[in-house]
Amino acid sequence: MSRIKQCFDKLKADGQTALIPYITAGDPEPWVTVPMLHALVSAGANILELGIPFSDPMSDGPVIQKACERALENGVSLHHVLDMVNQFRQKDKDTPIVLMGYANPLEAMGYQAFAERAQQVGVDGILTVDMPPEESDEFLSIMDEHEIDTIFLVAPTTSIERMAKIAKYAKGFIYYVSIKGVTGTANLDVSEVTEKLSMLRSLTDLPLGVGFGIRNGVSAAAVSEVANAVVVGSSLVNCIADHADRPEELPAAVANVLAEMRHAINARDMAK
Amino acid sequence: MAEQLDKDYYDTYPDDKGHFGPYGGRFVGETLMEAIYALEEAYNHYKNDPEFQAEMDKDLADFVGRPSPIYLAENWTQKLGGAQIYLKREDLNHTGAHKINNTIGQALLAKRMGKKRIIAETGAGQHGVATATVAARLGMECVIYMGAEDVQRQAQNVYRMKLLGATVVPVESGSRTLKDALNEALRDWVTNVDETFYIIGTVAGPHPYPAMVRDFQTIIGREARSQILKATGRLPDALIACIGGGSNAIGLFHPFIADTEVAMYGVEGAGHGIETGKHSAPLSAGSPGVLHGNRTYLMQDKNGQIIETHSISAGLDYPGVGPEHAWLKDIGRAQYVSVTDDEALQAFHDLTRTEGIIPALESSHALAYATKLAPTMSPDQILMINLSGRGDKDMHTVAEMAGLSF
Repeated sequence: MSRIKQCFDKLKADGQTALIPYITAGDPEPWVTVPMLHALVSAGANILELGIPFSDPMSDGPVIQKACERALENGVSLHHVLDMVNQFRQKDKDTPIVLMGYANPLEAMGYQAFAERAQQVGVDGILTVDMPPEESDEFLSIMDEHEIDTIFLVAPTTSIERMAKIAKYAKGFIYYVSIKGVTGTANLDVSEVTEKLSMLRSLTDLPLGVGFGIRNGVSAAAVSEVANAVVVGSSLVNCIADHADRPEELPAAVANVLAEMRHAINARDMAK
Repeated sequence: MAEQLDKDYYDTYPDDKGHFGPYGGRFVGETLMEAIYALEEAYNHYKNDPEFQAEMDKDLADFVGRPSPIYLAENWTQKLGGAQIYLKREDLNHTGAHKINNTIGQALLAKRMGKKRIIAETGAGQHGVATATVAARLGMECVIYMGAEDVQRQAQNVYRMKLLGATVVPVESGSRTLKDALNEALRDWVTNVDETFYIIGTVAGPHPYPAMVRDFQTIIGREARSQILKATGRLPDALIACIGGGSNAIGLFHPFIADTEVAMYGVEGAGHGIETGKHSAPLSAGSPGVLHGNRTYLMQDKNGQIIETHSISAGLDYPGVGPEHAWLKDIGRAQYVSVTDDEALQAFHDLTRTEGIIPALESSHALAYATKLAPTMSPDQILMINLSGRGDKDMHTVAEMAGLSF
């Protein structure tokens, strides 16, 4: 059984919502990524989403664009990202890690080479923002052979027919993009999210995560009412940007940001 | 056998998923998937709709000024001492380049799809001007994304767009050129997808753009084919066009693909020289990858990061190329070559002085390759060059190269 499934099964048994923080690997400095990942787990992260830096992040707003630029200035490649996962796994064998990024770095490394190394270092899932199911046949079969869950996005614009198609391809969990827009740019509309998630729920038994537009404990808690997982990205990356010249403070700083969300979600989970 | 393959080409590419062999496709975020399917459906419907075609033909004739002539450049032919050189005069179109052939088509489609807002990316500003022009005429809101560096080097086109009522947004991210403008336009589209139509300016992007923009631009090749037959009674021996994204080149080449005796040369920007790495020639010196919605040849490092390009010509300064060119390269139907900034600039001056035609710096790349190819051909052979745009917009750049300023 995959670590992602184990994680969601346990949370379900405990009546808890998963909290999934996103950070970009190598931002602001490569050495601090793994300490931040451990700190996020201590602060209540259930699954970690680690961004693969890309020069042209078309689906991201300015916050994550700049994070990619900082990481690329440090020369961080997909090989380094996998090395970071390897390093993280020396101390943490349980917390699932999902890599998130764009197709081209995977194309450059080669799907097969990526899958072999990713499985070896303990990557659990991969979310490729610009690779819809239509273009994924070869990718899916190789990831499947290496027991890496392929996570897909569903957007506010996705029709129910298309949701059904995506549900067939998706593994691990389905990630609902809660706003029309790029990452970190708008506030989500909880009633719309609720409606879309109930449509999705009728089509799949997979856990449903919600991301894009969750900024603080209040929106995190509101989403936890309807979702199995809450993904938090830009607010953490903002914190990282603020500390770019003091990276040694970052593990504690991002843990603080995440702890507020954890607290708010837990309070809501208890009240359910 | 080869001939049969080429006849089948038109029915085969792209396939129903938008693939040209391994290239093309639909590599966009989920938020845009329904939008590109809706566009594909609308385009497939209207491209066979006689009323839509009639409206487009009328606009191309009365508003753009088509057909554009072919012109036998006798002085230049004599100077180069080889093949007879014909220029396809896309520089004479309204707004000064071939770009308007495509924006007319897409804007009419936007109107029929009930969209109120148009966005576009632009490099040299020609596509931005052509988009702002059709938006002004149809009374639509228009936002143009342009790399901050290009805003500087193409100041005149920026002012033209503003006069036409468009909002020009300088893009400060990344290399501040065309690729970054495309990223930003895609971000706008994701955010405003319901009411916005994205007019992509070249034969790149997710399906159906490469096929749709090509279809709108093949008016160039269809006209050129019948014009040269009428003028000389035969087909040209070779075609030359410059390649940024490749829309003017595919527009000229496509109607000749089945005419296997016609050689085709696409000319990329070699910038300071391919060996310096400072160029914009993905077909000549890049490798396949995925960017901006399609798989194609890209300028990238070994880790799949897109690298900065350089060309004297803002319209060629792009790290990718339309997927159909990638396929035509792989199957060997077209040859892709490159010329440097200096060679293009020399051709710019040569054509201006010998023929009294000031070409765009983009088109000057095609002209520069002709100065190499024409002398190897005989005087009874015909070379046709797509003069894709006029050089008015480049006065600033050319003057600066000569140490002058306005």
